[in-house]
This record gives sequence, C-alpha cells and structure tokens, in this order.
Amino acid sequence: MSNSETFNLKAIWALPNDDLRKIVAVALVVCFFCAALVSATVVALRPLQQHNQAAFRAKNIVEVAGIWQPGSPISPAEALKSLEQVWVELGTGRVLDTPPPLPADPQKIARDPNWSQPLARSEDPARIKRQPKVMPVYLKRDANGKVTVIVLPIHGSGLWSTMWGFLALEGDGTTIRGLKFYQQAETPGLGGEVENPKWRALWHGKRAFDEQGQVAIHVVKGRVDPNTPEAQFAVDGLAGATLTSKGVDQTVRFWLSERAYGPFLQSLRSKGDGQ
Amino acid sequence: MSEIKKTLTQPIVANNPIILQVLGICSALAVTSKLSTALTMAIALTLVTAFSNLFISLIREHIPGSIRIIIQMTIISTLVIVVDQFLKAFAFEISRELSVFVGLIITNCIVMGRAEAYAMSHPPVASFWDGIGNGLGYSAILLTVGFVRELLGSGTLFGYPVLLTVNDGGWYVPNGLLLLPPSAFFLIGLIIWAVRTGQPKQRETAEFRVRPAPQSEGV
Repeated sequence: MSNSETFNLKAIWALPNDDLRKIVAVALVVCFFCAALVSATVVALRPLQQHNQAAFRAKNIVEVAGIWQPGSPISPAEALKSLEQVWVELGTGRVLDTPPPLPADPQKIARDPNWSQPLARSEDPARIKRQPKVMPVYLKRDANGKVTVIVLPIHGSGLWSTMWGFLALEGDGTTIRGLKFYQQAETPGLGGEVENPKWRALWHGKRAFDEQGQVAIHVVKGRVDPNTPEAQFAVDGLAGATLTSKGVDQTVRFWLSERAYGPFLQSLRSKGDGQ
Repeated sequence: MSEIKKTLTQPIVANNPIILQVLGICSALAVTSKLSTALTMAIALTLVTAFSNLFISLIREHIPGSIRIIIQMTIISTLVIVVDQFLKAFAFEISRELSVFVGLIITNCIVMGRAEAYAMSHPPVASFWDGIGNGLGYSAILLTVGFVRELLGSGTLFGYPVLLTVNDGGWYVPNGLLLLPPSAFFLIGLIIWAVRTGQPKQRETAEFRVRPAPQSEGV
C-alpha cells in the first residue's frame, strides 16, 4: 500500500471500524463538523443576542424610572434615549469626565478585578463580596437641565441568590420612585415576590434619607403603621420571606450609604441640579 | 406508514420514557413550576432527541464501537449548544429562566438512551421519528406536571391569572409546596399509578414475595 493510498479518505472509510486509523479519522471528522456547526451558529446569532441583552437592560431601566411600561407606544431602547448615562465613582460621588473602558453592565463591572475591590465581611451588609469602584447611573433632566429622575443600579444577597436591580429616585435625591429586581432566584411565591408589582408599588413615594441626611429607608417585618411619622421611611416586609426582606433592606441601605451612592446623592440634594 | 405512526405514538403512553423507563426526571422536576418553561424545555428536548437520532443513525455504520459513546455525546452536545444559542437569540427571557437546564439536556438520559438503544441499529428516518415520539412522551408529562404546578402553585397558566391569588387581591391562597421540586415527584408518582392502573401490562412483576410470618405455637 503506497503512502498516497493511506491518506485517501475513501480507503480509510472502507477500513474496518475497529482499525485505529478509522477510529482517529471518524473522531476527527465528527469533531470538525460539530465544531463548524457550533461556531457558525454562535457567530451568526451573536448580534441578535447582544441586541436582546441591551434591550433587556434598557427595559428594566426605563420601567423603574417610570417613563415606560409594557404597552407604551415607543420601544424601551427609544425611551432610554431620553435618559443621560453618567459614570459615578462610588464613595466620592465624583462624576467621571471620560467614560471608563467598561460595558454598562453592573454584573460585568462587579466581576472586573480592575474596577472592583474586595469588601471585608464587617463592611459588607449586602453580602456582595466585591464592591464596584464605578457604576453607570441614569439621569433624566427637564427642559432647564434640572435632574428629575435618578436610576441607580444595585445588587445584594437575598436568601438564596444575588438579587440584581435598579433603584429610582426623584430629582430631590431622596424620594423613591421605584425599585425593581430583574434577576433573582429567591423562593418562588415567597421571596420571589420581590418582583410582584403590588409590593414594588409600596416603595413609591417613600423617603430614603431623613432630615439629617442619614439613610432612613428600611423594610419592616409585617406591616407599616401608616399613622406613625416613621411610615414615610418604612416598607412592608414580604410575608413568609423574612430573610429575603432583610436582604432587600440591607441592599438598598448599603447602596444609599456613604460607601456607595451617598456622596453623589448628597451633592445632588445640596446643589439641586446635579451639575 | 403505520410503522412510523407506531414509532411516533408508542412512547407517549404505552412506552413513555419518563413514566415507564423513569428517565429524564431531573429536568422534569426543575423546569415544571411554570408552563412556559416546561413547554420551551419540551420543544428543545424533542428537537435534540430527533436530530441526534437522525445524525447518529446516518453514520451508525461507521461509528467505531470503542468511541461510540463519545461520538454520541459530541453530536448531542453540539445540538444542545445550537438550541441554547437559538433560545438566547429568539426567546431571551425564557432562556434566562431556564438558565443551565437547556445545557443539561446533554446529560438527559432520554437522549442518550434513544441514541444507544434505537438510532445505532435503525435507519435514519425511523430514528428521527423515534426521537420525535420520545420527545412527545417527555413533553406530555412535562406539560401535565407544569399545568398542575403552575395552576395550583401560582394560580396562573402561561403567566395569565386563572385563580386570582390573595397577593393580587383575590381569594386563592397558592399552595407553595407545588412550586418546590418535590411536588413534581408526587405528581409523576400519581401519573405512573394512573397509567399502570389503566395499562396493567406496565406493572413490574414483583422481584420477591413476602413470606407469611411463621406461626409460632405458644401464642
């Protein structure tokens, strides 16, 4: 048998199945076709998938900001254009002049070793382990350039999962417009009710900071008594989900604190225009 | 033609992969708390089983026995990745909810079982229909379990409210147990009981009999 015949594909195909050359050849051919199929699919579908990712994020941002709801005549991406995206340095409140080389995806930023730092357990009430150094914040301004809506990305641990969401505040930097978690894996029917629109509506109009500028918003166990002055700072806990409610409480309070968005919101409140 | 029909319908009740062979239980527990995820998973698994059967059957005479399982796995995982990519592109929110479970179709015993038991020894067209049939058998159980779990666990069907729950201002107090994985075990157990009552042929013969207790004289 000459060399050229050994590498003739047909000849190899005709070999018995337990011949070593046939085994290697079949493995290679199968791998080649499978790899080609996977690569072609991934490359062909990537633009659509990235579009979906961006649309999903846009939908959550504009929904929590209260400028879009399902059934609105414009698309979420369209509505997002009315918001301005700024990069805020956490802990200092400084607005970066040049955007960092990061995707505007909180999950990616929180994992990026250059743009996040480890948190000690004692300073990590939301149990997020790593705190991002910067975050993309969305602002809506009126015709005079005055900030009317602030959307802040937040995340923290519930009972089982890290809950990823957005907190929206009015332009005064303290009145809450909305809270929405877009990714969580809490117990369905109990902690999973953080996504329930009825419960989310309870946050609307509550105040995040007291007169002294301290974080005052909190989640209570059971129901808030509307007759106490405390009621403006308190939200009902979820029935049957004490630990998820506590996680939401700690998450919101952590992200509003001095370590995170506190200084940024402080500067908005004192200047009143966010410049 | 009737042969194809038989291949297609046999696995739905008479030879159902979940209730007779008790395969593919893991995903049947995990994705059935909602009908929308159960339906997506059912379609994904049916397609993967059908096409893996087809491709494996096409090359069955050239698959060396020594690497046959690896070849089957390569083909199955390729199809699963393709399906997963399509879901991410065309059914994004459902693919988020299914998370890892689409990827886990690779290890679903139904797919491997049909490849090894049927496609390796039957022609391509028959294998394809066998894959569809077994996929439908899996789908029938998933949708039945998903229907009961979503209706009684959340008061909805495909996300539309049917029984208005207390949390939404209605009267129905959802049964949280049905949202937890063990409830799928109970439901599948009930389905097996019902089917074996109707089809006594499926009952397994007892492997041993309990002997009557020896009569002791003094008592």
